Amino acid sequence: MFPAAFDYTAPGALDEVLSLLSQHGDDAKVLAGGQSLIPLLKLRFAAPVILVDIGRVDGLEGIRRENGHVRIGARTRHRDVESATELRGTLDVLLDAAPLISDPLIRNMGTVGGSICHADPAGDWGAVMLAVGAEFVVKSASGERVLPAAGFFEGPFTTGLRSDEVMTEIRIPVGSGRSGGTYLKLERKVGDFASVATAVHVVLGGDGRIAAAGIGLCAVGAHSIKATAAEAALVGQAPSDELIAEAARLAGDAAEPKADIRGSAEYKRDVARVFVQRGLHTAINRAQGATA
Amino acid sequence: MTQPVALTINGRRREDHVEPRLLLVHYLREVAGLTGTHIACDTSQCGACTVLIDGEAVKSCSVFAVQAAGREVTTIEGLAADGILHPVQQAFWNEHGLQCGFCTPGFIMAAAYLLKQNPSPTDDEIVRGLEGNLCRCTGYENIKKAVRSASEAMSGKADGVSGELVGSAAVPVEG
Amino acid sequence: MAVTSMIGARIQRREDPKLITGHGNFIDDVSLVNMAHMSVVRSPHAHARIRSIDTSRALASKGVVAVLTAADFKGVILGPLPVTNSFVADKKQVPEQFPIAAEEAVYAGEPVAVVIADDRYLADDAAQLVSVDYEPLPAVMDLEKAMEPGSPLVKSDRPDNIGWDAAFPAGDIDAAFAEADFVLKERIGQQRVFPTAMETRGCVADYVPYDNRCTLWTSTQVPHFIRLFVGGALGVPESQFRVVSHDVGGGFGAKLRPYPEEYLATAASKITERPVKWIEDRTESLQATTHGRGQIFDVEVAAKRDGTLLGLKFTQLLDIGAYHGVFSAFQVVACLLGGGCYEWKAINARSIGIFTNRMSTDPYRGAGRPEATHLVERVVDLVAREIGMDPAEVRRKNFITAFPHTNNFGLVYDSGEYEKSLDRAMANIDYPALRKRQEELRAQGRYTGIGFSTYVEICGLGPSSATAPAAGIALVESSMVRVHPAGSVTVSVGTHAHGQSHETTFAQIVADTLGVPYDSVEIRHGDTGDTPFGYGTYGSRSLAVGGMAIMASCHKVVEKAKKLAAHAFEASEEDIVVDHGRYFVRGNPGEAKALAELAFASYGAGLPEGMEHGLEAVSYFDPPNFVWPFGCHICAVEVDPETGAVSIDRYVAVDDCGNVINPMVVDGQLHGGIAQGISQALFEEVQYDDATGQMLTGTMLDYLIPTMAEMPHFELDRTVTPSPTNELGVKGIGEAGTIASSIAVINAITDALAPFGIKHVEMPARPDRLWSMIKEARA
Repeated sequence: MFPAAFDYTAPGALDEVLSLLSQHGDDAKVLAGGQSLIPLLKLRFAAPVILVDIGRVDGLEGIRRENGHVRIGARTRHRDVESATELRGTLDVLLDAAPLISDPLIRNMGTVGGSICHADPAGDWGAVMLAVGAEFVVKSASGERVLPAAGFFEGPFTTGLRSDEVMTEIRIPVGSGRSGGTYLKLERKVGDFASVATAVHVVLGGDGRIAAAGIGLCAVGAHSIKATAAEAALVGQAPSDELIAEAARLAGDAAEPKADIRGSAEYKRDVARVFVQRGLHTAINRAQGATA
Repeated sequence: MTQPVALTINGRRREDHVEPRLLLVHYLREVAGLTGTHIACDTSQCGACTVLIDGEAVKSCSVFAVQAAGREVTTIEGLAADGILHPVQQAFWNEHGLQCGFCTPGFIMAAAYLLKQNPSPTDDEIVRGLEGNLCRCTGYENIKKAVRSASEAMSGKADGVSGELVGSAAVPVEG
Repeated sequence: MAVTSMIGARIQRREDPKLITGHGNFIDDVSLVNMAHMSVVRSPHAHARIRSIDTSRALASKGVVAVLTAADFKGVILGPLPVTNSFVADKKQVPEQFPIAAEEAVYAGEPVAVVIADDRYLADDAAQLVSVDYEPLPAVMDLEKAMEPGSPLVKSDRPDNIGWDAAFPAGDIDAAFAEADFVLKERIGQQRVFPTAMETRGCVADYVPYDNRCTLWTSTQVPHFIRLFVGGALGVPESQFRVVSHDVGGGFGAKLRPYPEEYLATAASKITERPVKWIEDRTESLQATTHGRGQIFDVEVAAKRDGTLLGLKFTQLLDIGAYHGVFSAFQVVACLLGGGCYEWKAINARSIGIFTNRMSTDPYRGAGRPEATHLVERVVDLVAREIGMDPAEVRRKNFITAFPHTNNFGLVYDSGEYEKSLDRAMANIDYPALRKRQEELRAQGRYTGIGFSTYVEICGLGPSSATAPAAGIALVESSMVRVHPAGSVTVSVGTHAHGQSHETTFAQIVADTLGVPYDSVEIRHGDTGDTPFGYGTYGSRSLAVGGMAIMASCHKVVEKAKKLAAHAFEASEEDIVVDHGRYFVRGNPGEAKALAELAFASYGAGLPEGMEHGLEAVSYFDPPNFVWPFGCHICAVEVDPETGAVSIDRYVAVDDCGNVINPMVVDGQLHGGIAQGISQALFEEVQYDDATGQMLTGTMLDYLIPTMAEMPHFELDRTVTPSPTNELGVKGIGEAGTIASSIAVINAITDALAPFGIKHVEMPARPDRLWSMIKEARA
């Protein structure tokens, strides 16, 4: 398999990237880690005129905590999140999700922002970002926008990102409550795209009640899904088996799966329910064990 | 159409003009003549094309040669030094960690990287470290064994040789 | 057989140094000056008429040397692809297959045009520009519908879609069923799977213009077979056609035939007067390299309440694909082995081969025997469940115990000790403890299961007396052993390893048999230019047939060496003693000559009267019978009832392949073999859209090859029951693991789901499939 020919440029500065993108519009494609894009180019499912490689732009990498946010540079690799053990207790769901993305070799190249912008309905980060209420900083020659994860994913491989924009940062609000989360993924084999995956993140208040809850569903719809009804059912409630079961049922209802070689729609919906249920138990246990 | 690319492969610097679409694996095999890096799946599941870029294991079928400009690439041909096998190579030989040998260079590169990151991996860490590589001959049993044995050899816990040497003396027939 | 120093030893492989350092020589590593590259344009339709092909844009594309279609190849490729003759059927249809479609494409992936260009990126660019005007035709995908009168046809010039219909009756089946306390029926599937050698196919053809000579480098299990047929079709005599196959990155049965692309590349080299290289990509491979299995068995079993098996009736529906594979009919052997390692009063089997608009099926690791084992071992478990008897005990009660044993179809099992392997496997897994644990876990709502597979298989293909009538070819094997003047030994063989370690194990045999240092023996294979004709490597035959051919040549060399020694010592030949390569006069071991000394003498002056110079021999070995490995595998699993996910907790195997040349290699073959059976049980399935015939599993993103994480630790053990049919006492081990393992897993899963009343589970036991079954059972 051989990609079709394209022009290639690897600017050293973000301004250059932005000017190229505004110049070429839909003909250009941003190359970050390339782990989704390059296989598509090889299959000739995509054939951009020009690839703009952001691999040599400074300042797009790294994870830091600042002003009540965890800020992740868009070009931060999956493996860097995987090894960011300082997030344990704050953003468990990220740490649980990272090692389940593809395989270690892909995680050495693939980037968080690249994966989010690629917006594969079975991409793992989308559901995680919905669960933690992330915001995406995107830049273009005409300025900067901050887009909430909720609403960002519009369809298969389609997002709110314009063709002249590049994502530069992911911001995740981290509050003061005790939090816990987890990511559960059913894959036909290790390294496979999810058949179903669920991201769960909860914050407990001082009274032990659920102060905030985020649930993201992966691979059960045209894009990553935020299970808002299930989240709403949890907030303000004291955790209980019944509550969790009800929230899981609502999360299952939020799924819009389609039958394919990974299983029937009914199956995927039910696994989403089961995983949200299991995930909430884990997340709440973790939060209860955590210190604020 | 072509662009200049300068990089270091197995310690040797080279400069070529390549098309941007040339995959690193094709560059290594067909331009640099290093055919030890293999292609088996085309869609980045199998890891037969694993090489190190700046010391990190990646799948060279999913990287363009131009992306590797200015970096150091290590291939299977560059792993043994001065005629001495890398402990992972030696362990694959000792433990029968290969049969047809086609996936082997990728496995050895991924395993060498794993042991550099984590010199004493648990069985579970070995499995997770080698998730990105497929083998169809060995059922992975002896690959796991080889990585364990290489880890022990590298940490000095064992002499590193669990098999007899070629042409060794009699071992009785089993049974 | 003498217990000697090398045979039976765990010797590290001499194949490995080059492979672990990146110096192997696989097909894509072959490169010639002025080489052009071929890209194949394939039909995207399962079935379509080709109205026209417009090559003009492709021809104008950068770097293109030629764009060729069927019309261009017609005068260059003079014959169709081969199909081996096979068993006498009541009905038989063998349509001819030309390597490239002309008017009608009959499977997705069939070649319709090729582009020859200066490099492979350019060839691929131009291939996108070949414009084919197709008229889609109905795709025949369903086996049973394909058999119905009036079904659409797989190819429009055929009378129907039946490739063969053959009955295999053995014994009075009605009487056996009349005696039964009960009869059970089941439908047991064998999904299509993709052999998935890690190295795809590929070839480099170098036809020398004006000289009618050709060299074809190719990734194959059968170089001599390729030469015979590709050379024949191209009009190049074998003496001028050389097929070279260096390192081969796995085969598993999918590289044991000449393929269309080998003909097309060779013809393209002839047409363009350039060496032509073609390397298959993985999507092409999934579409256009032969698949395995693809069968449905409808089974009825008659048994008594005490567990006695009486009679077995079954029909094999086999998906041939659009054309016969070269050896597709071999898979009918499932009928003859359907009785497994048990006594039956009667068996009545029937095989119907059915054409569909899919790629051909052909042997895949085990070829017919995994299907037979899966069938009979499933049936035994159904019987055990019906009467509430432990599945181990039903097996024990019905085992064949006396050898040689002639089975219902007249095949003679050479040797066996089935109960011993069952006992040993049960002890190794601690069966009583496992059952107790299962009971405890069930009480906690956890679902674990234990599955047995006690198998016997036929291999060492094969005696000409059996293979010639059945397959039209005498599957003998060859060797040439040449001792050079200074004593090193070159052994050339007709078999061709692709991971089986022949260079090591054959050298072990030669070292012992000739009494020479192991390191002095060189094994050559894979190049028709310097090896005698052989049928190649498949069917677990290379040791039992090829190894014996080597033994035969070694014996001839020893005989001549004895004559040389007698001459040197001025003694009578009868008085010469041979001991570990030392030749001396009886009673005088102190004055001995090594084989190397005798070899040197054989090339010198003063030979015995009438003796020719040199020390070498050529032999062909025709085995007196097949060989029959056997064993017992036990698998323990747990099923998550909420997701249907299966985890394998234990996998214990006790195998018996007779005497062992190199235990490390035998264990390795078992590991890989077992893994492939597990993989079929849980993961693999080539899927097509039933309506359109489009492949749904066209990349390895979709087609699942398990990673290390999915494979359990294999707890191996063995018994040794030598085969009495060959001097080495060996059987075969290349396929045994695969033959045994799929059903051990499926029986374990079925056992785990017994509390739901589930009696049968199909492959692959995907989580969604098990989830649906559990849900239905609970409803």
